[in-house]
Amino acid sequence: MDSMNFDLATTPLRDLNRFLHQDAIAQGIKQVTVLHPDGAHNIAVGLNAPVTVDIEGHAGYYAAGMLKHGEVTIHGNAGTGVAENMMSGKVHVKGFASVSAGASAHGGLLVVDGDTSLRCGISLKGGDIVVGGSVGSFSGFMAQAGRMVICGNAGDALGDSLYEAVIYVRGTIKSLGADARLEEMTESDYQAVGELLVAAGYSYDPHEFKRVASAKSLYHWNADANQEY
Amino acid sequence: MNDNEHILKHIAKEGSAGYDRKIMDYIHNAATHGLYEIRGMGAKRAVPNFDDLVLLGASLSRYPLEGYREKCSTKTILGTRFASKPIELEIPITIAGMSFGALSANVKESLGRAATEMGTSTTTGDGGMTAEERQSSKTLVYQCLPSRYGFNPDDVRRADAIEIVIGQGAKPGGGGMLLGQKISPRVAKMRTLPEGIDQRSACRHPDWTGPDDLVIKIQELREMTDWEKPIYVKVGATRTFHDVKLAVHAGADVIVVDGMQGGTAATQTCFIEHVGIPTLAALRQAVDALEDLDMKGKVQLIISGGVRTGADVAKALAMGADAVAIGQGVLYALGCNHDAYTLDGVVHSACNDYEQLGTAAGFCHHCHTGRCPVGITTQDEQLAQRLMPDLGAKRLKNYLKTLNMELTTLARACGKQNVHHLEREDLAAMTIEAAAMARLPLAGTDWVPGF
Repeated sequence: MDSMNFDLATTPLRDLNRFLHQDAIAQGIKQVTVLHPDGAHNIAVGLNAPVTVDIEGHAGYYAAGMLKHGEVTIHGNAGTGVAENMMSGKVHVKGFASVSAGASAHGGLLVVDGDTSLRCGISLKGGDIVVGGSVGSFSGFMAQAGRMVICGNAGDALGDSLYEAVIYVRGTIKSLGADARLEEMTESDYQAVGELLVAAGYSYDPHEFKRVASAKSLYHWNADANQEY
Repeated sequence: MNDNEHILKHIAKEGSAGYDRKIMDYIHNAATHGLYEIRGMGAKRAVPNFDDLVLLGASLSRYPLEGYREKCSTKTILGTRFASKPIELEIPITIAGMSFGALSANVKESLGRAATEMGTSTTTGDGGMTAEERQSSKTLVYQCLPSRYGFNPDDVRRADAIEIVIGQGAKPGGGGMLLGQKISPRVAKMRTLPEGIDQRSACRHPDWTGPDDLVIKIQELREMTDWEKPIYVKVGATRTFHDVKLAVHAGADVIVVDGMQGGTAATQTCFIEHVGIPTLAALRQAVDALEDLDMKGKVQLIISGGVRTGADVAKALAMGADAVAIGQGVLYALGCNHDAYTLDGVVHSACNDYEQLGTAAGFCHHCHTGRCPVGITTQDEQLAQRLMPDLGAKRLKNYLKTLNMELTTLARACGKQNVHHLEREDLAAMTIEAAAMARLPLAGTDWVPGF
């Protein structure tokens, strides 16, 4: 037996997470199915083992938060902060994601097939995010490193106060945030977008995407930009 | 000079209370540069503080303990509410969160070594956990800040407790700052930032927005650590009564309240001097909140912001704190604002270095420049040599030991076998302001202003 089911209708969340942290590897479990998640918060947080977790329904806040190793698929929608601060691995949301998807992610790949709400990729620190639908306002806020690929549209203030992260958008951008600007796509951008689309399972043409990056005008204190800080 | 001329001369030089020399300098500086001042350390204005309280030693109505024979326990347990592995400290004096970036790696190691030798905890800061501080600290509290610089699950697992920082006393409501001079290659790498930029940090957490969300965030950290590690919540002192209640509601094991005298590595002066309430007032509000919820003793309270002496610690504990956290006092113990430093066993004057910063020993608040004359708040490799971990740890251990001796001496004088038995009844206030803020009687009276 290398797979296991946890039914959250009858099993406490704490038992599931403890099993994933302490017992899964020792017992040779490679795949865990979570039944009846029913919006429970903190499912599979801190996963640090090469285990595949399938959440069969909607997840609440912080699903797959701080993922270090493993792969988590949510066969439904995800609440606030899905895959927040993930370090590596992959998280795939088959439905929609709420606010702060992939917040401060240092590595790994977050894929959201539907739309995400506000602040997707906020404070991103090296992770990659691919959104099949559109993202809400303030997405990519203060994103420091990593890449976001948005196949739909972006809301207001995209990439506000960006550092070194790069955002690619296929659709429309309602407005750019402070210090964010459109830049020419280069061959390396097309290649990067192409690879991320393949990894996410999408077949869009990379040439349909625009590049948003930091103008770097806020990297040093500037008296003439006082409202931008 | 006749009488009239004499009078006219005085009138001609009459100063303005509202526009004194200090405020004129401020306006001239603002007009010259068009930018607010950024500096380090804490509030310099006079505010009611622990010096405005006195302890009521025993006499006929109370029985003192013999100072040199009878034991006085200082053992302190933090995080007993939900964590299966609470923090056990030998003394109720902890090291406040200060970042690698603000401080050198040598200093972070010094803090860890001294804290470990004294049986207390030290705390990371905005910028993540360094290997040096983890290795040197027996008990290390890991901060989860809005910026999440360097925050990662491995360090969460390595930590002994997690502290969610909502704000700090020097700048409640404000985000962190680290100016380009201190964004060295190592600091930049830890924070995932370009080298040399002026770092701006968020003032709100990226993945939660209010007290109801905080409930779930705390649960996440508990699930992540299998409910082993205590979760602290740190707030800058403003609406402390309500903030403490909300933090308790959110599930905190320990609450850290940082008063307005608390220090910073770099913040706008207008924040440092004009935002927040004094530690004395905040401590009383925090204790009120815990008592109101019947959570006193169940959720532990750490107070920080201008705690300097053993007497301050004793008074804080008597007012209801379970422990204190010290930042600036720790820096002074290491040699901050000293006029000399020791390099390779030789004492050197630091006066010229202070002068180059436009200041002098005793007045320096130039942590933000990264040019610390005594090698504490710097990332410059040469300057950092001016405080090596051996000396830093020794000085800090001496300071903590002194505070603890003062604390136990005072507790014994109040008849306490345990410093945690100090109580409000052991205190009186020296000024009306302090009496009102701390809700203690003015010394020699039973008058508590406002109550």
